[in-house]
Order: sequence, then structure tokens, then C-alpha cells
Amino acid sequence: MTVREKFESMEWGPAPEGRDEVDAWLDARGRRFGHWIGGAWTKPAGAFEVSAPATGEVLAEVSQGTAEDVAAAVKAARKAQGPWAKASDHERARVLYAIARGLQKHARLFAVLETLDTGKPIREARDIDVSLAARHFYHHAGHAALRAEIVPGAEPWGVCGAVIPWNFPLLMLAWKVAPALAMGNAVVLKPAEWTPLTALMFCEVAQRAGLPDGVLNVVTGDGATGAALVDAEVDKIAFTGSTEVGRRIRAATAGRGLGLTLELGGKSPYVVFEDADIDGAVEGLVDAIWFNGGQVCCAGTRLLVQEGIAADLTARLKDRMARIRVGDPLDKAVDMGAMVHPDHKANVEAMLARTGGEVHRGTAPDGCFLPPVLVTGLGTEDVLMREEVFGPVLAMTTFRTPSEAVQLANDTVYGLAGSVWSQDIDHALDTAPKIRAGIVWVNGTNMMDAAAPFGGMKESGFGREGGVAGLHAYLRPARGGKLKPVKRFEAAADPLGDAVDRTAKMYVGGKQARPDGGYTRAVAGPKGVVGEVGIANRKDVRNAVEAAVGAKGWSAATAHLRAQILYYLAENLSVRGAEFASRIKALTGRDGEREVDAAVADLFRWAGWADKNDGRTVQVPMRGLAVSQNVPVGVIGALAPEDAPLAGLCRIVGAALSMGNRLVLVASETAPLVATDFYQVLETSDVPAGVVNVLTGDHADLAPHLAGHYGVDAVWSFSEADLSAVVEREAARDLKRTWVNDRTATDWAGPSGPWLRAATEVQTIWVPFGT
Amino acid sequence: MQRVGSNRTVSSDPCRSAPEAPLSDLARNPVRPYDPSLVEAVRVNTPATLRRAATLPARRSVKKDWQAAWLCRAVSLIDLTTLSGDDTEARVRRLCAKALQPVRPDLLEAIGMDGLTVGAVCVYHEMIPAAVNALGNRLPVAAVATGFPAGLSPFHLRLREIEESVAAGAKEIDIVISRRLALAGRWEEMHDEIRQMREACGPAHMKAILATGELGSLRTVAKASTVAMMAGADFIKTSTGKEGVNATLPVSLVMMRAIRDWERATGFKVGYKPAGGISKAKDAVSYLALLKEELGDRWLRPDLFRFGASSLLGDIERQLEHHVTGRYSAAHRHALA
Repeated sequence: MTVREKFESMEWGPAPEGRDEVDAWLDARGRRFGHWIGGAWTKPAGAFEVSAPATGEVLAEVSQGTAEDVAAAVKAARKAQGPWAKASDHERARVLYAIARGLQKHARLFAVLETLDTGKPIREARDIDVSLAARHFYHHAGHAALRAEIVPGAEPWGVCGAVIPWNFPLLMLAWKVAPALAMGNAVVLKPAEWTPLTALMFCEVAQRAGLPDGVLNVVTGDGATGAALVDAEVDKIAFTGSTEVGRRIRAATAGRGLGLTLELGGKSPYVVFEDADIDGAVEGLVDAIWFNGGQVCCAGTRLLVQEGIAADLTARLKDRMARIRVGDPLDKAVDMGAMVHPDHKANVEAMLARTGGEVHRGTAPDGCFLPPVLVTGLGTEDVLMREEVFGPVLAMTTFRTPSEAVQLANDTVYGLAGSVWSQDIDHALDTAPKIRAGIVWVNGTNMMDAAAPFGGMKESGFGREGGVAGLHAYLRPARGGKLKPVKRFEAAADPLGDAVDRTAKMYVGGKQARPDGGYTRAVAGPKGVVGEVGIANRKDVRNAVEAAVGAKGWSAATAHLRAQILYYLAENLSVRGAEFASRIKALTGRDGEREVDAAVADLFRWAGWADKNDGRTVQVPMRGLAVSQNVPVGVIGALAPEDAPLAGLCRIVGAALSMGNRLVLVASETAPLVATDFYQVLETSDVPAGVVNVLTGDHADLAPHLAGHYGVDAVWSFSEADLSAVVEREAARDLKRTWVNDRTATDWAGPSGPWLRAATEVQTIWVPFGT
Repeated sequence: MQRVGSNRTVSSDPCRSAPEAPLSDLARNPVRPYDPSLVEAVRVNTPATLRRAATLPARRSVKKDWQAAWLCRAVSLIDLTTLSGDDTEARVRRLCAKALQPVRPDLLEAIGMDGLTVGAVCVYHEMIPAAVNALGNRLPVAAVATGFPAGLSPFHLRLREIEESVAAGAKEIDIVISRRLALAGRWEEMHDEIRQMREACGPAHMKAILATGELGSLRTVAKASTVAMMAGADFIKTSTGKEGVNATLPVSLVMMRAIRDWERATGFKVGYKPAGGISKAKDAVSYLALLKEELGDRWLRPDLFRFGASSLLGDIERQLEHHVTGRYSAAHRHALA
């Protein structure tokens, strides 16, 4: 074609990025890689091929990591971690800074290799993956330097195992490695089977940056290697990937006392109101669902459009789709490259075949490519509205009112991200925080930054990456010594005495409730039977959770109101202090006055915290406001401790209520009457019905039902019984958050920080603005 | 935007009394009565607009022969402009000669693009005869009118200026809107002014300069674009070149989208002219890329797009020489505009 013909046609033409340097890098290493352990390559073994999905070309062979390889890597990490943690904050900061510089110095090398390996467009690899990865190390170089000031006294976990996905191989490495290293941990990283190459390139860059050998180790391989890492002697696991694998990791780590953060799947809503900038919203969709071919956990996959503009928006969207260029990922003017792997492409196609909606496809070349796809006319039950596709498939439906938009947005098991588009500040700012997701963008999408906490709610996982919130994922929480069992007293068949029979009931939905099973048991102290309590069963758990779920108003109440009620609770407890003290004495033999005083004081503290656990504005490179706020977890199920029947109970109630949660509390087994007395205090303190529900019963019986209930958002166990494993295992089903004692003692007068974090979710809301 | 009825036929144009200049095979955008709902429907989100404009140049790039072709296309779309107090007839004649031979003949021959000219020559009223004489019928002459650049001379004189420029041979009239009406939201009055200007243009095509650098917000730019098109503008244009801020990609995006909405609502295609501040070949490619993406290939023609520029051509000439010879060029190797 001549220049004149091109002048007439005005086609784009090819704009290829060169790859010679990357080929030279691969050739220099023989295109065969071992693992990176202790600062050196192991001999390649059990090699498997890594291909470029766009062409099918084999790029290199990498090794299949065995359990022995993983153990060797963990051993190297263990050896290196101590000295690394002992190095000064400044020394760690210098290394992280040098790594950031290294990523920038070799930016094109990383970008081209990432594009070859994943099939993503070079523009994205260059402008997003590599640049955000470098930004992550810069940001965390700062956290390393400021560690003693930002998280004073904090200790690293030790050896962290990281398992990362194939959609953003280098960036996800950065998200795991930068905070881990900044806080003094060592890392064993398992990159995705399909896309391990940039991680291997990174090892060399990190070593040149002065990272001591063994502080970072990379073991390549498939899911079996990942499983071996999860099973290895690590202190913490950080995983990004599918919800299904996340569930398995949660179950596999249950009861091992490990730190765990999971960043999993999503089905994020993209809400467009009738007063939105429709062209802006349409362009946003290109970044929301066709960015990286939709292979993005936080992709805006469910398009929810207000009815009045649905036809207009659909027409504009189809026009826009027609201009999306799918093809050679190394072409600088391509919008969508290849799907990561032919198997994955087949999965997406298979899912698309299951929809009942009307499918509109853009165009794509043959091979491992998919076009942009829009599916309209969907009901909420359609597979594309419910299941994660992880491909370029946008599912659309309409809504009528703002409240219906919120309902639809939250009609999912996931809670990773969401977008709200409206030019009306009231609609936009009212709707954004109502989306139950870790990240919400107002008039924007897929904005990410090292300073902004990123992570999910519900089945999208737990833990945050980025910002100060992200540091806690790499810090070992303070733990007491081994939990000492309290003395248990036999309830002999003593008569109850002459008084009128007084059987403590349970407390559900603001009413005293008899146990569903109709059984009671006697409770004894050192001087024999003190009273009787009901024995709760799974149906009582169900009723209590239902009451707690219904008490939504508490989570929406103002912090000031919550504070007032907590003060009132403290006041009323204080009034009845002598009664509680003698109850404690009767049940435990200990003098109860000090515990009552401590409990009253603690409720005062939580009343104080109610309006003080501020979020923060985060310093992201954007004109606008990005806020990470602490929002209630929702419904918390808690197993109360034996060692502090009143102080422990008040700590749980105080922290949960202060932060706006509702509670299903299982009373201590040895001193349940303290809890049943306490509901009388609740009744007189204006605590709304359903906000606190008290059950009495056997912890081991009730824990699986509580942790397995899909209506419960988090479970805390301070039980003396060995229930950490069962709670974590049962919680794996819907990936609810857990906080368990692993049979260590809890300091009931300890600092508030861990409680504040356990009682809240960090939700980051991005509000770009400008005239 | 609501669809207000579609009509592609030329005969529906209510103000079309004189024969139309053979500038385009498109039906001219007619004057329509003022409709406030179209102005009220305008929604522009600034951050999203800025983001699109900022990432576009990184999303699109043309290389090698395609780059040469695109640069030639850019040349063909230039309104080669001189709007200075010290313009003389001789200076304008030199500009016209350059307009007819914008790139060195040997370079054009090397890429098979001989015969390439710019889109038009743009001058002040007093320079129209000189330009018309120099160009003959080979290229249209555009004239700025209506108290350019501030647009604050008496209204009847502004209309009179248009009529005289058309009478002097201008085929295109670049009018300026009354910014004070846009800033005060007096859209109906602005519509009335532009409508009268359009009527004064007769067969000459009217480019409405919005002076976007003085409108304060992208939303106001979008509204002014809509009102200008409602009042019968054939083109909407960013700037006089005399404002502090002239053409930018975000403003262009907003105006292009307004044009797209207008076509969607009425069926008529309106042209777009960014002016001022576009001086690099790379920038010109970015504008064309945005145009192709947002409005489509049909707009990549002189009847629907122009660059208002004076120094852009020089940079394109140097890039074309580099394309042909592989050597980086220097300004003195190309004829001065």
C-alpha cells in the first residue's frame, strides 16, 4: 500500500514494540530457569514450558517446584530473615528504593517480557504494571524508613509465603514483596504457572539493588507448588487469585496460627445514573472491563444502568466497542491483547455459552484472542451476573431508583470494588459507601495506587494491600502466652434453695428467649450450683443471626449515638456493679469488684472510640479526594472467654458496638450467668433490639454453626476450647473474617488497635474531581 | 441528548438562500430554534475527560509509511493562518504560495504525495483580496470576522463585517461568540446572535469560535458547542489563538463529543477546528487519533476538520524529510511560511 493509499484510508498500521533486548536476556540464561533460592539459581529440574499466548511461541522453560524446593526456599528465607529484621529501617529503605530505581531503569525490559508472557498490551504493561510496581516500591521504601513512627513496636511475621496470579505478575509481586520487605519479613514467592518470567527477572534486579540473599526467594511451578508453599513452615500466607483456591488455602491453614490475607475474585458493579456523563461512563467501561481483557479481579463486570438512559448508553457503548482494537500485544496501538492462555480462553467461552442474555461481540483475530463482549437483557440470576468470568464480558441490566441500584450492586457474594457514575454529588456520594466493597470509585474505575488500601469484603477475601492498612498484613499481632484453663466446678444435683425459681434465658432480638431445644443445664461455682442456663443449638444460632442481620440501623447510626449508648451501658453496669461482683465471685471464687471496675472503664473507652477511629485521606497521585474509611464489618459472632467473664464480654461488646457492628455472643461456658445478667443491662440501656444477642451453650457445639452461617460476617473466638481450627475451616466456605486466639491468652486491658482493626473493614473511596 | 429529528436533505436548510459553495457534499447543518433542553442535558465529567485525553496519545501511535500518510493528512487539514497586526499583502501572498506548496516538492514526490496542499488560508478581512488573488480557485480563503478576537464591537457592525468579508471572496467565516453571554448562561441570546451571523454568512461556511480558554469549565464548553450548532454553525472551533489557553486535547474531546451528540440528535455532521498551540507533528497525530476514535474516519477530511495553525507545518515538513531521508532535519531546509 502506498503512502497515498494510506493517506486516503487513514488506517492505523502496525506500531510494534521491539523485543530484541528481552530475547537477549532470555538467551543469556539459556531460556531455562531454576528456582531463585538464597540468592542463586538452582539447577533447572522438572522443567515445563512457558509460552507467549499471542503466538504460542515457547519463551522459556522453568522448573516445577517440589515440596523439597519449597522447604529449601523457606529455610533460606528463615536464615536471612533475622538479620534482615535486625537491619536498620534506613538500610531496608535504601534497598527498597534501589529496587524501585531498578524497576525504572529496566522498565522497558520488564514491560516487554510481561507483554510476551501474559499477552497483555504493551501499553498496559509499560504504563500500568511496571510503573505501578515501581511506585509500590517507592511508597514502601518510605514505610521502611518510617516504620518505627508509623507502626511503633510492631514485629514482622517472619517468613511470608506469597502466591500470586497471572493477570498482573510483576505488579502482584510488588504488592506482596514491597510491604513484606519493608516490615522486615523474608519472602518465598510462587508466581503463576503461566506467567513466571518477570518474577525471575525481578530476582536479579533485587539482588543488584542490594537485597541480601535469601530475603526473597522464588519457586516456580503449578498449583501443587503453591499448595506445598501453603503447607510449608511459613508464618504468613498472602494469596491473590481465585476465590476457589482462596477457600482451599483458608481451609488448609485453619488452626495453624498463620497470618493470612486473601485477595480474591469479584463481580464488581458499575452503576451509571441518568445524570451521569454518559460518554465518560462509556469510556470508563473500556478501562473497567476491557482493561487487560477483563482479566482483572476488580473489573467492573456488572453494568447497572438507570432505565431512562439504558438505550442511549447501550448504543454508545456498542459504537465504542467497535473501535477497540484487539491484536498483537506488542503493538503500541492495540487495546486488548491475547487472553493469558488457550485454556482460559476456553473457560471464558464456556461461561459465555451459558448466558441467557443477548450477546453482542466486537471483533478479534483468530487465536488466543477474545473480542470485547456486551451481554444485555439479563436477569439477576444469569450466570454472568453471578459468577466471575475473568474475561472481556460485560453483563448489563437496569435499575429504577438509587436504592435499587444499591440493592443490585450488593446482590453478589463478592465485595471487591465498585464504580458509581453521576454528575450529582448527592447521588454519587450517597451511593458510593453503600456499595459493600473494599474499593469504590466515583466517576472513575480501576484506579490503584500504593498509598490506597486495596482489598475485598465478603468472598472477595480479607486484608488490605497498600497504605498503612496494608502494613498490618505483614506484622505479627502481639500474642499472650499459652491460655491457662480456668477451674471448672462440678454441678452436683443440689437443690436450688428456697428462692423463687429463676432460670436465665437467652437474649435474641431484644427479647428473652428460651432455648429451641428445650434443654437447660446447671451452672456451678466453688460453692455448688449457682443457677441454670439454656443450652443453645443451631436453631438458636439461626435466630440470633437473623435478629442481628435485621438490626442494620445500628451500623448506620451516628458515632455519637453509639457513644451515648455505650456510656449508658457503662453507667447501668456501674449501678449494678455490686451484683455483678458477687456473681463473679459465686461463679469463679474470685473477688469480682476489680473486674467490674475494669469492665466499666473499658466500656467508657469504647464509647470514646466510637467517633474517633477516623479513616484517612490517602495521598494518591490524583486531583481529588481518596479516603480510606473504617466501616463496620456487619454481624460478628463471638465466643466469649472464660478467664474474664465480664471484662472480656465488655471488651467484645464495646469494640463491636463502638465500630457499628451487631453481635451474636456466645457466653462463656463456666460463667454464662454473667452474660445473662448482662442482657438486663442491655435492656435498660437503649441498645436497640438485635444489636447484641446472647446465647448460652457449648462452644464446641455452636462454633461450627456460627462460623458456617452465611449471614455472619466475622467470627471471633476467645474460647478456652480448642476451636481456632474449626472456626477457620468453617469460615472458609464464605471466606468470612476470623479472629481466633489459637489458645493463647488475651490481654483484656490491652491496646485498642487490634480490636479496632478486627471490628472494621477498610473501604477506600476515590472521588476524582475537577472543573 | 434527546433526538430532535433527523434531516439530511439540503432543502430543509431554512437559511439557505444563496447557492452553496462547493466545499462539501454534506448537507449543511441548519439553524434550529433555541431549545433549552439540549443545553440542560449537557453532562461533562472533568476527571474522566482529562483521563481519556491524557491516555489517548499513549494508546495510539502511527509508524513509518502510516506516519507519513497521517502527517500529509494533517497538512491537508491546516488552515494556514496569519492574524497579525503587521500583516501585509506581500506577506499574505507568500503564505498563499506556501499553502499551495506546503512541503518541498522532492519530498512529496518521494512519497507519491505531489499536489498536496493545505486546507485553506485564514486571514483578517483586509487581507482577503490579496489571498483570493494569490490562490485563485485553488484553495478557499477563510476570514475572521465579528470583532475578532474579543467580539465586543457593536453587533450590527459584526454582522456587517461578515457580509463584507463574504462579498470580498471569503468562503469561510470564523466568527467569535460573545463569551459574556456564555459565562452568564444567557444561551438564548447567544443562540440569537450566532443565528444572525450564520444568516449573514449566506453561502459561506461559518466556524464558530468558542474561545474555550475563557469559558472557565468543560461543561460551559459543551453547552456553548451545543448552542453554536443549534444556531447553525458549520464548524465549531476552540480558540482565536489570542486567549491565554488555546486548543487542548480535553477541550477537543468535549467538543467532539458534542458534535457526535449533535449528529445523533439531528443527523447533521458539524466540523471541528482546534486552533492555537498545536505546533508539533506528534500533537497533530494525537488530534487526528482522537478525531478518528471519537468521531470516525469521515471527519478526517477538510470539510469536517481543520487545524488552525501557523507553525505546525514547519515541524511536519521536518518530520517528512526525516521519513524520506532517515536524517533529522533543520528548519532552514524548508521554505518559510
